[in-house]
Amino acid sequence: MTLEPLKAELEANIPGCQLEIVNNPSPSGQHSLLIDPGHALAIALYLRDAAHLRFDYLSNVTGVDWPSRELSEKIKVKKIVDGPDGPVEKEVDEVVKTQTHAHLEVVYHLYSMALKHGPVILRMRTEDRADRVHLPSFTPIWRSADFQEREIFDLYGILFDGHPDLRRILMWDEFEDFPMRRDYVEPDDYEYEPTAHDDVLKKTIAHYTGETPGGAA
Amino acid sequence: MSTLTLDPIAAKASLLKKDGGQLLEVSMGPQHPSTHGVFRMDVVLDGENVVKLKPIFGYLHRNHEKIAEDETYLGSMPYTDRLDYFCSITNNWAYALAVESLAGIEVPERAQYIRVITAELTRLQNHASLVGFLMQDMGASGTPLMYAFREREKILDLFESLTGARMMCNYMRFGGCRVDLPTGWLDQAKKVVAAFPKFLDEFENLLVSNEILMARTQGVGIIPAELIVNAGITGPLLRASGVNYDLRKVDKYGIYDRFTFRVPLGDHGDVYDRYMIRILEMRESVKILEQAMRDIPEGPFTDPKTKVRNFRPKPGEAYGRIEAPKGELGFYLISDGSPNPYRYRVRPPSLINLTVLEEMCLNRNIADVVIILGSVDIVMGEVDR
Amino acid sequence: MFGSGVLKGMAETARNFLGSYVDKDRLTTVQYPEEHAPRIEASRNFPFLVYDGPDPMAGLRCVSCFICEKECPPKCIIIEKSTDKKPDAVGKPQAYPVKFNIDVSVCMSCQICVEVCPFDAIKMDVDFEQTATSRFDALLRTKQQLAKSNEYYHQIHPTEAAAVDAELAAARAKAAAPKPAPAVAAAKPATPAPTSAAMASPVATAPPTAAPPAPPTALSSRPEAACRSGETRSATTEASPTPDAPAPPAKETASE
Repeated sequence: MTLEPLKAELEANIPGCQLEIVNNPSPSGQHSLLIDPGHALAIALYLRDAAHLRFDYLSNVTGVDWPSRELSEKIKVKKIVDGPDGPVEKEVDEVVKTQTHAHLEVVYHLYSMALKHGPVILRMRTEDRADRVHLPSFTPIWRSADFQEREIFDLYGILFDGHPDLRRILMWDEFEDFPMRRDYVEPDDYEYEPTAHDDVLKKTIAHYTGETPGGAA
Repeated sequence: MSTLTLDPIAAKASLLKKDGGQLLEVSMGPQHPSTHGVFRMDVVLDGENVVKLKPIFGYLHRNHEKIAEDETYLGSMPYTDRLDYFCSITNNWAYALAVESLAGIEVPERAQYIRVITAELTRLQNHASLVGFLMQDMGASGTPLMYAFREREKILDLFESLTGARMMCNYMRFGGCRVDLPTGWLDQAKKVVAAFPKFLDEFENLLVSNEILMARTQGVGIIPAELIVNAGITGPLLRASGVNYDLRKVDKYGIYDRFTFRVPLGDHGDVYDRYMIRILEMRESVKILEQAMRDIPEGPFTDPKTKVRNFRPKPGEAYGRIEAPKGELGFYLISDGSPNPYRYRVRPPSLINLTVLEEMCLNRNIADVVIILGSVDIVMGEVDR
Repeated sequence: MFGSGVLKGMAETARNFLGSYVDKDRLTTVQYPEEHAPRIEASRNFPFLVYDGPDPMAGLRCVSCFICEKECPPKCIIIEKSTDKKPDAVGKPQAYPVKFNIDVSVCMSCQICVEVCPFDAIKMDVDFEQTATSRFDALLRTKQQLAKSNEYYHQIHPTEAAAVDAELAAARAKAAAPKPAPAVAAAKPATPAPTSAAMASPVATAPPTAAPPAPPTALSSRPEAACRSGETRSATTEASPTPDAPAPPAKETASE
């Protein structure tokens, strides 16, 4: 399904929504549509209920963590350089370093069981990774988002507004961190069943006794 | 693995009924034979009737997706075996399909046939053992399960002589399969498949018209078609509710468009329909197997251009899905050009099929909860990942 | 009639019960500790190290290239490399493992180490009766415990071992054959030398880097070795290009 006509259609029917096509360079060619959280529910309802779209089946909900990365890009800059016969303008390669915007992302794969077409891939991004991590929940529209959004809340810490029962699903209630985030550091006793691997054994001994044994454990 | 976060006194109060009686909160599982692994349900009962049911997961959680982010693409293949450990070959296929779509790898003809043959054998043994387990849950201890396991054993022997392992096959590779069929394997497989309808007849004689089975299963655990689509439930459950959606027909992944087979559909969407759908699907799988084993060509069994080591797909993403025996199994991969996937997501059919477990069980007896759960067909390795 | 379905089922049970006395297909179990089910040739559980010749430690094929350690999904292989060199299976001086441990409590029998090994040094064993009283030392197998002879390998996986032997014989013949220019030989590692050993082996005659793989009739008779596409084989030749310039690529793979 090509996204350009769909984008135009959505923009015509949902005033004010901001859509952006995210290109996928891989051979799979599964491009996606970045939607703004403010109009997400209206877009979802339209996709589900419009007679020629009928995306009644939300197959997959994925959380992705995008911490800030440094991108270095080489660009040509015109600069005045001191040459042998005075200053001349010259093209110089310059490395520009930019920090990408850190955010969390949710990817939805939609299919239609009634019309047997798809997928349409939607993405939504949070404002940052720290405290502005609210996104609207799709559970009232597609029940299949229920457990998957709970899982994303559990493992990534995205808060889905409007989810009827947003609790941790795989980790226990008392657990505090979000293990699927890229910068998650596991506690040093997480492999609490030590193996014969020296380093795991050392780490475990250090955790329980507070001392680091010298030599092979 | 979350508990119900109620204040204990408030929880007690909420269990008091208006007529002075009291509701009973029962924790079913996690160590209970009927829960198919370490699965727990927090059930609130009024007498024997279920008034509330919350499934609780996570006892087998090992963060499969996080492990995969530290593994190479090939290194995740044996881990996929351990998702749904009954159907390791279909798990392999779904993952291989996603990677092939991500990297644009062509699969040779013979490999496609081998994949269909092994995947349909997997479906046979999964459905056979599932109906056995369902009967076990119902109280028909032993006999049907052992008959099913006897047949499953023959298929597992085939897997062992092909892949080296009975359950953790680790068989598919990107662009094909790990090894070719050994000499004589096809003949052996033909023999097993030819004998399978006889087993199904026997199994139907044993149970289909059994009055106790009908009394226990008909009209139990009904999900209406609109809800089941909305809840994203796939596989035999979906088709038992009468929705015609089989990825082998819809996506025609691999070479499924070359085979003639039908998609069995149910009318009522109850436990009996789900049981019958599986029996009928096994009969259709036998048909596919017969055609595939007749038509399998000679040729390479893997794409020689695909590297085993240092495999790095270009940046991008892909979602690949197949009709696993339990429903739609999908893998969503994001590559950043490194040897490890940036994001590796499993869409587990077992977990999502449990979404409306509460709706299925409400106002049923607690004994029905066991068979409703049995008819969903879950494997905790996949639910908890 | 109510109950006829139950009776029909009972009749089926009776037929199965009586049938189990006459029909072997209906009785698939064996009395395990006394009896063993026939072993399937392709079966695998834990890896072992292959050695040639009489001395297990001297004959190890492993050159400690760290490929298996790196590729092992659960990271259960621990290798320490020697500083000196000894001749390997093909006859080139190579490093050998001072320490080669496999933690079988971690190993998940996936066979990826076997698949990636360019030296045919690690293979899958079939010995499943492994019990131990301790989870630590007893399940950490050292290279002394892991080393098993090539004869043993032939015993458990005959077709596969024969194919591996043919390949190694070809490689040995190639290494022994006089080479006009080592640089050319290194540049075209896949071209088989026209020696008698190479001619005898269908494996070695098929140039692995050529696009169409070997004909399936040859492949189907050797289930295991069939998985080796051109990639693995070129790794062999890559890692030991000539006798004059041995073994730098092994280090390269370890550090990448």
